[in-house]
Amino acid sequence: MASSPILSGVSAPALPAHWRDFVALTKPRVMTLVVFTGLCGLLAAPGHIHPVLAFTAILCIALGAGAAAALNQWWEADIDAKMKRTAARPLPAGRMDRQSALHFGVGLSFFSVILMGMATNWLAAGVLTVSILFYVLVYTIWLKPRTAQNIVIGGAAGAFPPVIGWAAVTGDVTALPIALFMLIFFWTPPHFWALALFVKTDYAAAGIPMLPVVSGEVATRRQIWFYTAIMAMAALAPVLLRLTGVIYGTAALLGTGIFALLAFQVYRRRENDPARMAPEKRLFKYSILYLFLLFGAVVVDRWLLA
Amino acid sequence: MTPEEQDLVRARQKSRAIVTGLLLGFLAILFFAITLAKIGASDAI
Repeated sequence: MASSPILSGVSAPALPAHWRDFVALTKPRVMTLVVFTGLCGLLAAPGHIHPVLAFTAILCIALGAGAAAALNQWWEADIDAKMKRTAARPLPAGRMDRQSALHFGVGLSFFSVILMGMATNWLAAGVLTVSILFYVLVYTIWLKPRTAQNIVIGGAAGAFPPVIGWAAVTGDVTALPIALFMLIFFWTPPHFWALALFVKTDYAAAGIPMLPVVSGEVATRRQIWFYTAIMAMAALAPVLLRLTGVIYGTAALLGTGIFALLAFQVYRRRENDPARMAPEKRLFKYSILYLFLLFGAVVVDRWLLA
Repeated sequence: MTPEEQDLVRARQKSRAIVTGLLLGFLAILFFAITLAKIGASDAI
């Protein structure tokens, strides 16, 4: 059973939290990719949106992601305390009490959704709501502590921003935002499992059933390769469906080719020592660049087509 | 609570109050700008 925050062993601090700790609670670094994909969804959408409303939509996507991250840390404070990578976060480090994180996360969630609905439309607000609830309830509370496939299904939470950005402009959801959703959805497993390979001991210490911990390193490498193949099809789908043109097509072909090459290197290796996992770290870093590249190409392509 | 801790609490409360004030100011400007954008959009229709 998942650890309950009510029974937490993380002690409440005597001092009020610093405002910087509230910012840290929103995981600003992770938010960069969320904001970028949301912005690309917004810029690739047909139609016009007032710059102020576009800014507000992106702000709401960022705040919604921050709220979900805060609620994730509220729930996982005990787990975070056991992992070297997360032990310095405000809750496990004892710089903030859990109730403050909960109130902040819930408040920010409502604020981001209501502002999105009032500034743009209620479809975008609805998808934003689903993304927050999916990340907190389905991924964090339900899947993550129970199954090694947590990241496969839970990855959907991170795939919503381009759909939200698109919906903010058009008020609907068509084939291209769904294709972009699928791209992030299938990109997530190789991205996270590459990370999980070199922080495996951290996850094992915290009792999180990540794939390398449960099924072993060889099975994880095989799964990275398998999902890279599916991701490649998702990356090429917008070109094959004629939703994008030659610029995205070229970027997708080249970018995915390099991704596949790095994933293949990881697949063929048999290395258990986290200190000697340079190819795994390379794949992880490149996967971030890859998503930036492809989403940037979608925008350039759509603008040129328009 | 020691005097040093009391000073730290006051300093944190002050910095949080300043940040909250700045955020409220930003939101007031943002809501005003959203209102103008919305009015402009409905005028265009």
